[in-house]
Amino acid sequence: MVDTKTITVTVNNEEYTSTVNVRKNLIDYLREDLGLTGSHVGCEHGVCGACTLDMNGQTVRSCLILAVQADGMEITTIEGLPSEGIAEELKKSFAKNNALQCGYCTPGMLSSALEYLNNGGRANKEEIRRHISGNYCRCTGYQAIVEAIYDVAENGVSK
Amino acid sequence: MTGPKFSFDKPGKYIGQPTERPDTRRLLKGRGKFVDDIQLPRMLHAAFLRSPVAHAKIKSIDTSIAENIKGVVKILKGTDFIGIVEPYVGVLSHLAGLRSAPQMPLAVDTVRWQGEPVVMVIANSRAIAEDAASEIILDLEDLPAATNTEKALDKDEPVIHSEFDSNLAWERTVDVGNVDEVYARDDVVTVEKQFLFGRHTGVTLEARATIANYDPSENQLDIYYSGQAPHMMQFIYAKHLDIPEENVRVTAHDVGGAFGIKVHTYGDEIATAAAAKLMERPIKFLADRYESFMSDIHARDHVINSKMTVSKDGKILALEYDDLTGIGPFSMYPRTSAIEANQVLNLTGGPYTIPNYRANAKVVFQNKNMMCQYRAVGHPIAMALCDGLLEEAAAAINLDSVELRKRNLIPDDTYPTTSTTGMKLDDLSHQKALSKLIEMMDYEKLKKENADLKKQGMYRGIGFCSMIEVTNPSPMFYGIGGAPIASQDGATIRLDAGGGIHVASSVTEQGQGTNAVLAQVAADVFGVDMDRVQVTTGDTKTTPYGGGTWASRGAGIGGEAVYLAAEALKDQVLDVAGVMLQSKPEDLNIDNGHVIDNLSKEKRMSLADLARTVYYRGNELPSDMSPELIATRHFRVTDTPFVFTNGAMAAHVELDIETGIVKILNFWAVEDCGRVINPMLVDEQIRGGVVQGIGHALYEECLYSDDGQLLNTTLADYLVPMATEMPEIHVGHIETPTKTSVLGAKGAGEAGTGGAPACIINAVNDILRPLGVTNYQIPMTPNRLLDTLRSAKI
Ligand code: FES
Ligand code: FES
Repeated sequence: MVDTKTITVTVNNEEYTSTVNVRKNLIDYLREDLGLTGSHVGCEHGVCGACTLDMNGQTVRSCLILAVQADGMEITTIEGLPSEGIAEELKKSFAKNNALQCGYCTPGMLSSALEYLNNGGRANKEEIRRHISGNYCRCTGYQAIVEAIYDVAENGVSK
Repeated sequence: MTGPKFSFDKPGKYIGQPTERPDTRRLLKGRGKFVDDIQLPRMLHAAFLRSPVAHAKIKSIDTSIAENIKGVVKILKGTDFIGIVEPYVGVLSHLAGLRSAPQMPLAVDTVRWQGEPVVMVIANSRAIAEDAASEIILDLEDLPAATNTEKALDKDEPVIHSEFDSNLAWERTVDVGNVDEVYARDDVVTVEKQFLFGRHTGVTLEARATIANYDPSENQLDIYYSGQAPHMMQFIYAKHLDIPEENVRVTAHDVGGAFGIKVHTYGDEIATAAAAKLMERPIKFLADRYESFMSDIHARDHVINSKMTVSKDGKILALEYDDLTGIGPFSMYPRTSAIEANQVLNLTGGPYTIPNYRANAKVVFQNKNMMCQYRAVGHPIAMALCDGLLEEAAAAINLDSVELRKRNLIPDDTYPTTSTTGMKLDDLSHQKALSKLIEMMDYEKLKKENADLKKQGMYRGIGFCSMIEVTNPSPMFYGIGGAPIASQDGATIRLDAGGGIHVASSVTEQGQGTNAVLAQVAADVFGVDMDRVQVTTGDTKTTPYGGGTWASRGAGIGGEAVYLAAEALKDQVLDVAGVMLQSKPEDLNIDNGHVIDNLSKEKRMSLADLARTVYYRGNELPSDMSPELIATRHFRVTDTPFVFTNGAMAAHVELDIETGIVKILNFWAVEDCGRVINPMLVDEQIRGGVVQGIGHALYEECLYSDDGQLLNTTLADYLVPMATEMPEIHVGHIETPTKTSVLGAKGAGEAGTGGAPACIINAVNDILRPLGVTNYQIPMTPNRLLDTLRSAKI
């Protein structure tokens, strides 16, 4: 039985070639092999959303994807979010609205929020709430998160 | 004292302001440091094989296959820890009569709950450790399990600890006035209800996590800890692993939520430290979600039979109840599992004048996971119980429940006073809070709207809660009973050569914003920009000694220590400045990083100049001057056991009578937590607390089968609130600073969790009662509500 495979993955614009255990999931690969510990693990079964990140332009649960499935893919984690444009605006808005307490849900929350905003999500609190309902936050009352996303949806990127 | 005192009259630059938390910068860049983010050289990983059954004798454990798996380094059983770990017992001397059996990190000869750790596997990776654990053969002889709280004390129920005559762990009765005399009167109305509070748990998004590292050359144990009370854990590791306390360092960096879950002693964590000592290598243990559900402490689990008697003109005359609470097979160490029942006895009815009160609490052992203190210990029970009965009583005498509250709340102008149960109460504002709440929610309009909509077949209700919350605990909470839990906290502030300050504090941060609040206080009181303040918390080696963060004490106690240290450092700095500038210290002040003239506000010298002179060019100072640019102060609450806060909350809900689903339309919370240091942080703390309280009221429950199997151990089948189900939560404040401190801050972390369940329960019953039914079992799941609705008159 072959239990390792060599993969090439682009993470935050850097290319990595690694030999990984085929049963290792993507989040563990990022955290353990690449030392990118910004993405978090809350449940390992695809429910809490803490591990959500962007793979080839789509948000995915990195605990449900094997590292070998990411071969040839482009991944953006919280460490690789640009310091400009909508991502930066969103981070600023999170800080300004106190949309994070412990920060454990934050990487997944930002990823889902960016997906919403990048797909033309409107400044509508109901829709924002629905969109982030795959991301658990146990600390905030969600309201600050909703407001943080709402502000960016409404104001866009400040000049 | 020389320097001018800080004045709260002119609002500070930071105190009272919605200042952004500096910590968010790190967290938003993915540069947090949670335990699992730390990799140490030669680190091993632990996994535990846990008991698959609730109660059994361990006949044998066969590890032969597991041992031979490549990458497995060591396998340890319960017996391997004998002589290495000193057993622990969760009792406190001020809870007279409380008993529990000695505990070891792993089960030794008997397993007593499903999920109890039995074998520890240490391997090169967690995956290998888990593979090996699944190859271990446990030969168990089933024993009958005691799982039903209500039967725990029955004669034919199995007794969990053979050294005891029954499953009773603790019992206490409070009897004030004479309830029987009230019952005998014929001008009174009595309502009676049974309340059932299911078990739920904290579900910190970051599960429990520990790394232990041991260096035999220095007999030094380092623990990377995801938790709330580093100094308490330092004591526990030292005592039970026989290492001098000063050789144990407990460090908590970022903590992914705690809520009282992470303030206890867990066998798997003790085993991790013991194994690290044994193997002289770092070992990491992370609970996975399945393990969290089975081994993180559960909360609540109460069966309460209760009644309230009121006069026909709306005076509460008597309250009586029996509370039975199940705590699992042991009382948790070192805080014990009797504190919650004790809190229920102490707090129930606390907002009101209730002349006659009789209550009994029994705490019983069961073959289930352990129950212990979780956010708002006892409060949701106490508040739901009293305010639920109050709503029933109001209905029984045909009085609006808000009016009944008004007639019975302890008036704002009568403090200080004591509650019926003997709690010292001061600086509370129930009447003001309720008035503000009624105004915020536009109660009369809402009531009318509900009545109109009912005609169209929509079922909407309003539920209230007036509450008190225990915050800023004094030594009377734990220390008095012999627990290694500090109630005083300290802060050290140092002026650095660059003119910035460094604050080290013994309270801890789990996302509440503790570090930011401490920085706000230090910056304002000392007189520097917040950007020039660095804060260290969560490290037994570099911070003063203290209790950490629990029972809503971070801002109130930790903040006060920082306040005092900042004042002291300011005095010291102005003494030095006085000599250097040939001025009287009282004519000087510090502002924006400079020593200034107090009258003209003119800058005299920068703090960097002053500090550099002291540190580098001491030759310029008079030789008889020995400047101290560092100050340490401690603070504890002295003249009262706790500093109570109060709040008034309300929920507006809609019940779909076809599906039993409750939708929360709106929620309002008015809170008096004394001086608010950062309203933005307080508001979202309260909202987060409310959301957890809503979770408990409607969704969250650890479900057990009759034979003690936990049935829901994934996040897919244990429901926690999500964004879309949660309402807008409107927060209002009354600020009555506590007289026990200069800062006047009280706690705010638990109010929402303490009060929200009562509001939801009351709102749903506001709908059910006119239909001839009620439900006082939480969580109020759709199934339970549909069951209730079956006998409703619709
Ligand atoms: S860790 Fe992936 S969804 Fe929870
Ligand atoms: S901030 Fe802690 S889980 Fe969201």
